[in-house]
Amino acid sequence: MTTIVYEDHEGQAEGRDVPVRRIKFTVNGEKKIAEVEPRLLLAHLIRRGLGLTGTHMGCDTTNCGACTVLVDGRPVKSCTMLAVQVDGREISTVEGLATASELHPLQEGFKEEHGLQCGFCTPGMMMAAKALLDENPDPTEEDVRWALSGNLCRCTGYQNIVKSVLWAAAKLRSESASSESDPNPQVERRRLSTAG
Amino acid sequence: MYPSRFRYEAPRSLNEAISLLHDGGDYAKVLAGGQSLVPLMKLRFASPQLVVDINNVPGLDYHQADPDGTLRIGALCRHADLERSGLLKTTQPTMAAAAPLIADPIVRNRGTLVGSLCHADPQGDWASVVLALGGSVVARGPRGTRAIPLADFVTGPFQNVLDPDEVAVEAVIPAAKGTRSGGYLKLERRVGDFATIGVAVAIETGGEAVTRAGIALPGVGGSTIAATAAAEALTGRPLTPDTIGQAAELATQAARPRTDHRGSAEYKRHMVRTFVLRLLSRADAAPDRAERAA
Repeated sequence: MTTIVYEDHEGQAEGRDVPVRRIKFTVNGEKKIAEVEPRLLLAHLIRRGLGLTGTHMGCDTTNCGACTVLVDGRPVKSCTMLAVQVDGREISTVEGLATASELHPLQEGFKEEHGLQCGFCTPGMMMAAKALLDENPDPTEEDVRWALSGNLCRCTGYQNIVKSVLWAAAKLRSESASSESDPNPQVERRRLSTAG
Repeated sequence: MYPSRFRYEAPRSLNEAISLLHDGGDYAKVLAGGQSLVPLMKLRFASPQLVVDINNVPGLDYHQADPDGTLRIGALCRHADLERSGLLKTTQPTMAAAAPLIADPIVRNRGTLVGSLCHADPQGDWASVVLALGGSVVARGPRGTRAIPLADFVTGPFQNVLDPDEVAVEAVIPAAKGTRSGGYLKLERRVGDFATIGVAVAIETGGEAVTRAGIALPGVGGSTIAATAAAEALTGRPLTPDTIGQAAELATQAARPRTDHRGSAEYKRHMVRTFVLRLLSRADAAPDRAERAA
């Protein structure tokens, strides 16, 4: 178990009695204990407390979705949840997707289909997409667009992000369909309409 | 952005929550989904000294129908629960149409219907839906439990009648006396934006005639507007092109839109008329996805 003591972020804690709460939670399968001020946001616990800077802070106003992580498997905007609220819960961040030697099919999909340009929105896109694919392994293009509608991208125009998620879905389905490992799975390509 | 400092309590029962609020002084807030409160606290529009997080209170995440058809939605029932609800799809066309249009899919995983009603945003979707359906909010406090019709619950923008030591525990939608139809349409510039305008229509019919009608409009005034004259024009009469046109005209007159970055007042009024016509003319009441401005 790792213990993190998160310092008061404005340096005002010295000489003051700032109440902190001890929380226990799991991040990407690792158990953690943290002492947090109640006003600390989950995004800051993840980025500064845990050093997992893959979760990005974009708008800080619950709009852009760059800070999306999974809490007990469901995507949430971590800038809009207090860190104390994850006591006893499981958090998944983008760092938990890949294994030491292998990218997650979603990460592969974003690479294969050019699903990112600047990459800022990508962690949030991937986590929202992961929640979708966990629930619906065979989504339509419309399902993907719907699931990602809370995540903003200012580079790609979304077309390639949607393709990336469909690529990942196809790969995950082919992986679960055949137990023998096929290094070059036949990925089903879907024709994408140009409708926005 | 960080909220101001506050004391945080996460009680495990409603009674504990109520006594914390009661002892907590003037400026305590209940935290449910947090999708409005946390942003307000970050912007320091709200700086509560005490935050009572009810997420650990068991048994508040329900939405269920009583034997007589009365629908009850608990304080921790998330928008996403309502979006996926089979019960709503079969019995509550207006609510089923609105649920997928609240904010965005990620916000819907946290935010709650009851919290949205308490927040009392004039542009809030649920307030118009619950108003159109004649629903109420049940509040529990040290002096007992009371049900407050939504029309009386909201007193102004971001204001409700809850006492500082009361918790809104559930929303109640009365049972239909006739066959229920209706829907919700929202004009939004993009997913997650507030309604440029919205229209909630809830109709009950017995035979040919409308036995009860509710029409409510978010986003076109300082609070959610109940288009009562429009609803009265339908009651006791069949839905015909004439009565529908008359109701659309009266609803449009009830709207008090302002010109802003989302559109001109004239445009908004025009869209109210269009949406009322569309909702009333539609035979089936299938849940809609957003009508977006091009």
